[in-house]
Amino acid sequence: MAAPSPTPFSRLFNSSVDARPTSLKTATILGPKLKSGETEQAHLRLLTSFKHLKFKASKEPPGLTQQLDNRKLESLTESENGCDLFEDLKHRFLRFKRRKFKENLDHFQNLAQGQAPKFMIIACADSRVCPSIILGFQPGEAFMVRNVANLVPTFESGPSETNAALEFAVNSLKVENILVIGHSCCGGIRALMSMEDEVDSSFIRSWVVVGKNARLITKSAASNLSFDQQCRHCEKESVNHSLLNLLTYPWIEEKVAEGVLSLHGGYYDFIDCTFEKWTLDYKASNREKNSRFAVKNQFYWC
Amino acid sequence: MASLSLEETVEGGKRLINTSENEDNSAKLEKPTAELPLADLIPSSSSFDPVQAIIEGFKDFKLNEFDPNRPCYDELAKGQEPKFLVFACSDSRVSPSTILNFKPGEAFTVRNIANMVPVFDQLKHSGTGAAIEYAISVLEIPNILVIGHSRCGGIERLMSYPEDRSAPFDFIDDWVKIGLPAKLKVKAIWGNCSFDEQLKQCEKESVKLSLTNLLTYPYVRKAIAKNALKLMGGYYDFVDGKFEVVLFETHFSPPIPAI
Repeated sequence: MAAPSPTPFSRLFNSSVDARPTSLKTATILGPKLKSGETEQAHLRLLTSFKHLKFKASKEPPGLTQQLDNRKLESLTESENGCDLFEDLKHRFLRFKRRKFKENLDHFQNLAQGQAPKFMIIACADSRVCPSIILGFQPGEAFMVRNVANLVPTFESGPSETNAALEFAVNSLKVENILVIGHSCCGGIRALMSMEDEVDSSFIRSWVVVGKNARLITKSAASNLSFDQQCRHCEKESVNHSLLNLLTYPWIEEKVAEGVLSLHGGYYDFIDCTFEKWTLDYKASNREKNSRFAVKNQFYWC
Repeated sequence: MASLSLEETVEGGKRLINTSENEDNSAKLEKPTAELPLADLIPSSSSFDPVQAIIEGFKDFKLNEFDPNRPCYDELAKGQEPKFLVFACSDSRVSPSTILNFKPGEAFTVRNIANMVPVFDQLKHSGTGAAIEYAISVLEIPNILVIGHSRCGGIERLMSYPEDRSAPFDFIDDWVKIGLPAKLKVKAIWGNCSFDEQLKQCEKESVKLSLTNLLTYPYVRKAIAKNALKLMGGYYDFVDGKFEVVLFETHFSPPIPAI
């Protein structure tokens, strides 16, 4: 196959820049202070502009091929300039397009018509625990919710982002498995364990209080352990409580009872790179609300 | 770092859970105290075995990514310093790690239906608020990227309901209505276009709306005022294999004299 002539990538990139500033008049003033001499005279207008950059990837391989093959973690170059960030994002996307999208065009075209993932994953937003990376989920395989400390609120707590996603995954996409993944050194769990009893106005605390039962159980079961060990215990306990909270959703419990939906817990330890996984055994469990449940198929991979 | 031994971990778990005596016929129960070599794990008889799927995935990650880069992962275990806070859709086709090749440690990622950022509300939207607060105030992440995408089911629901007279959902409608201002704008400007075109525009307008909503969080405003934070929107079109980025800037015009 003849090698196509390289296309100067920077030329393609610059030609598609299309800056469309939109101005908005508003009373809110954001940004640096004006110089003192101008305050009396200037009409203040806040311009909010959207600079629009398109990556029109050509069908030929780009001329600028960077060595992106190394498996080392690359740290992003610090830059005040937004364009360097765009360059970075551009290269990232084109690498995906070159290596995955084009190689599997038929598959991606099918996926574009609709998704039918077998898994719904609830994982932490922590940058170190992306399930696509650690469990190798490919596009189309896992519908994913990521929030602080991978928590699942109860049905009774009312609408939230997590249960909207649950409803879509279970009732519309009809996933067959829900996997809640906890992890080591979780900042959200640490915040939960550090909470004092008085009301705290921070968001983090308003959210992690969803896991308060896990904290109570941990405090009573593991009070003789160090704080770090208690946090670790709570990380796993909170996964179990999320599984219990999943059963408070009638349409989830119904499907679990019918055997068309399985609930799994997982724990990723990134210090030693191990993964534990267990499955809720609904039939063998005591069905009273908030009681313990039985597990099966418990694995520890290292 | 002190950590529980495996026995302590399992004992702690066992106080809460009773390992079932009744085993599922399709898999045998392995005692968690045994270290399982990855090669010996159970084959499955069904066409899709969820356990097998994640075994293979984790094995691949550990052997090909984690072990060869151990020193990097040891550093990461001590703490994360991601450069991006990403809001992406829960859609299985749009994982930011996949399409933008984020490695562990690079992107603190929130995924929800239709990649929405609601307005600051400590009662109703503590989940999103917690993520933003943690990312900006604690981790001091310098870039926020909100990524929308083509064929978004959440946006489709926003644009269809209640005009289609379908039954309401328990939770989905309450969530996607965060995007109502985007829907109204799309109807006003592109109301005469095809529904597909309106959906595409709404997918993009909703990203812009989310970026605007970010400004209602005090930590975001503070970081922007210090020039320590950039806001960006992205749009991934998996039909055509394209990605576009929008930079959200705020600045003052040159002074206009009042003569």
